Amino acid sequence: MKSEHLYNYILGIADNSLILGQRLGELCGHGPSLETDIAGTNISLDLIGQTRSYYQYAAKISGENKTEDDIAFLRLERGYKNVLLVEQPNTHFGYVMGRQYLFDVFHLLLLQELQFSKDQTLAAIAKKGIKEVSYHKRFSGDWIKRLGDGTPESTAKMQEAIDDLWPYTQELFDMTDADTAMAQEGIGVDVSKLKESYYKQVKTLLTQATLEVPQSTYFSRGGKNGVHSEHMGYLLADLQYMQRTYPNMEW
Amino acid sequence: MSNEQIKNLEEIFEARIARDEKIEAKDWMPEKYRKTHIRQISQHAHSEIVGMLPEGNWISRAPSLRRKAALLAKVQDEAGHGLYLYSACETLGISREELYQQLHSGKAKYSSIFNYPTLTWADMGAIGWLVDGAAIINQVPLCNTSFGPYARAMVRVCKEESFHQRQGFEIMLKLCNGSKEQKDMAQDALNRWWWPSLMMLGPTDAESVHTEQSMKWKLKRKSNDDLRQQFIDQTVPQADILGLTIPDPDLKFNKQTGSYDFGAINWDEFWQVVKGHGPCNKQRISARVAAWDNGAWVRDAAMAHAAKKEELKVKIAI
Repeated sequence: MKSEHLYNYILGIADNSLILGQRLGELCGHGPSLETDIAGTNISLDLIGQTRSYYQYAAKISGENKTEDDIAFLRLERGYKNVLLVEQPNTHFGYVMGRQYLFDVFHLLLLQELQFSKDQTLAAIAKKGIKEVSYHKRFSGDWIKRLGDGTPESTAKMQEAIDDLWPYTQELFDMTDADTAMAQEGIGVDVSKLKESYYKQVKTLLTQATLEVPQSTYFSRGGKNGVHSEHMGYLLADLQYMQRTYPNMEW
Repeated sequence: MSNEQIKNLEEIFEARIARDEKIEAKDWMPEKYRKTHIRQISQHAHSEIVGMLPEGNWISRAPSLRRKAALLAKVQDEAGHGLYLYSACETLGISREELYQQLHSGKAKYSSIFNYPTLTWADMGAIGWLVDGAAIINQVPLCNTSFGPYARAMVRVCKEESFHQRQGFEIMLKLCNGSKEQKDMAQDALNRWWWPSLMMLGPTDAESVHTEQSMKWKLKRKSNDDLRQQFIDQTVPQADILGLTIPDPDLKFNKQTGSYDFGAINWDEFWQVVKGHGPCNKQRISARVAAWDNGAWVRDAAMAHAAKKEELKVKIAI
């Protein structure tokens, strides 16, 4: 392989898009309104599109005869590098928007740096993604404001979601070995440096949404190293079903 | 308005339709025209929305990323069709909430085909190929229907449906060129979807209650039986290309008519499903009702938030 660090680095970014895209896809046809249904599906579609670009690149540099689908569907759970945040279930619309916003803020910060990567392919994918992710962030942020500052019921539900999802935010800024190696080469982004801007933006929005910023200092992590939550196995069972049941076929 | 005046307006109205002029939402129209259009357009919108469910069922299990993205885009298109068909319907003076109520209570109908389950990936191919194929045959004539907002919506719907149909055929083609398991899956899907697709074009002309009036208003340009024959004649050669067998032992090309003769359709099954006793009628409506009920707090919050913002604007203005 040309560079194991580069390969792992790409997967570290792409797996988040894949798993969040998968989660949003589960909701298609079941949203609270036709408009939110369309928007959610659209975001899922953007994320799956981004995933494909990353995996195609990863497949190319793997040096093996891999395809984007081998990478997407044929790894064991411990091989997926997404953060715990994106695999959290669609408990209710507040969780869906909370998870989305808490990821979108990070995602946009990441892509805004990644567009200056020395790696031309990654820079190009990031540049294209910035437009999409800016829209995702605006959409989810607007909904947090509506739900936070809506009815007493919606405020309570949105607060509940933010409180429950908050412990998964710190992992976004953990540096893996691949992250460190790639940042040093000017290919990857030092995500630990995005932390301050991230929490500043999130806290401002939560305040605008009349929500409380969670004070908890206990955080969960593990996804980046392949140690996931109990939800992940079920998600993968769905995702991988066809490729596992009918191996080595074309679709 | 006197009876004479109404009669006069009706004559002018019918003459406009006869001249192929478009009727717009603000134009005078007979009450029956309005009601018939609300019924048909909303039924069409409901079909798009309920139709998202059987296909949505396979988004999380799509076999490749390319297929997942295409399926997401397709189901999203259907939501879009629903959205502008509801909007076209709203121009006739009924709200989307009322239309939803009619769907949820079972008062409004939607295409019965969506009450069949999607059991394998090949069903995504069969739905695109057959169900969207039949839908196009139904819908292309509507691009020239007399009611302007509906006709314009249908132009866009038909363009996207024809893309979906090709996509469905391509899914089938890939399966048929694949392993034995894949080909079996495709044949099984054709076996299950063929007859319901024929039924989708509506009851036989003798039993169709709305045909005559709808023909006059150009809501319908061909009879159900003619449309069905067109669908069969178009689809059989496509099945040949795929190397699949249409599950009808009586299917035979008739040299005299230049069309395919086909076996008897099980209309008892059709009416059973229409009356709410198909394999998935209950699940489909329950899923729609659950989405609506579970989303109530979200919609309420959006309204409350908008009202608060409006209030703030007024305060600042003062």
